[in-house]
Amino acid sequence: MNGCIVAFCCEHSAYPAADLAGRLRLHYPESLRVIRVPCAGRVDVIHILKAFENGASAVLVLGCEDGACHHITGNTRAKERVKYCNMLLKEVEVDGRPVAMFNLSPNTPHKFVRAVNEITKIIKESGR
Amino acid sequence: MIIAERKPMEEIKQAMAPYKKVLVAGCGTCVTVCWVGGEKEVEILASQLRLARSAEGNEIVTLEATVERQCEKEMVTELKDKVAEVEAVLSLACGAGVQTMAELFEDKPIFPAVNTTFIGMPEKEGLWVEMCGACGDCFLDRTGGICPIVRCAKGLLNGPCGGTRKGGKCEIDPEKDCAWVLIYRRLEKQGRLDLMREYNPPKNFRAVKRPGRIQAVKI
Repeated sequence: MNGCIVAFCCEHSAYPAADLAGRLRLHYPESLRVIRVPCAGRVDVIHILKAFENGASAVLVLGCEDGACHHITGNTRAKERVKYCNMLLKEVEVDGRPVAMFNLSPNTPHKFVRAVNEITKIIKESGR
Repeated sequence: MIIAERKPMEEIKQAMAPYKKVLVAGCGTCVTVCWVGGEKEVEILASQLRLARSAEGNEIVTLEATVERQCEKEMVTELKDKVAEVEAVLSLACGAGVQTMAELFEDKPIFPAVNTTFIGMPEKEGLWVEMCGACGDCFLDRTGGICPIVRCAKGLLNGPCGGTRKGGKCEIDPEKDCAWVLIYRRLEKQGRLDLMREYNPPKNFRAVKRPGRIQAVKI
């Protein structure tokens, strides 16, 4: 997993968006590892920390658009957890590892690619 | 329940600095409910420690365990095998839990990862407030079930003081309600306002001899 970007993708939005990006032959960094989750709200702080422990250079949590979560509040919970996770990483002075949350719809493969490219840019800028 | 707060990460990191293998031990009761020392917090703290140490190039191995109540010897005994494997224990329990652990495993250094702060209750999600000072001489029956010892900033037995703000807020902290205004309103609802006129004599703070010890009668 060394150096890769781990993307936790909600099966209702980001996962179909990633699928569509593939079918449209859109390019995104090959270091991306997609993990399908039933909802962004399923992603816990410990999953993100464990990804870093296993060598990930960044973690993406990709969920439904605001107000469109199939589980009502999964995406808002995920956003809070991402914020909390950034605080935990800062506490142990490993805050150079970005964790970000993006909201997208299943029919927005370009947005998916943009999110991956954005986090890749942050990693490159931080020199990791 | 007992409310605690996690110690600053820097302090925990420094305490763990000499060790290569530690047990992070949680407690499944009070500190789980106040989000500082349950199974989840144990996982997170252990992971944070591993990340911090691996960033320093000085890896640490962590074992993780949470017992139902760390303040009961029978339950802490379950950790015997794990404690035997490690150099030190980082406990996320309250002071009673840490001491139970220290008593059972005398040969191992036990480090508290939390500061035990007070006896309280959750006011809303994620907010705990102090409710009881464990004074050993309860007079809540006379104050409508509101303890002025801890909820009044001055701990007044006969209140309110002259500083109550408009809207019934405390003069010391305008965010907090004046305990004596709350007491007045509660007694008013109960039709027991006559209690406000009664004098509460100075409290016997020696009711509980320290260290406290109570022997219950077996029935």
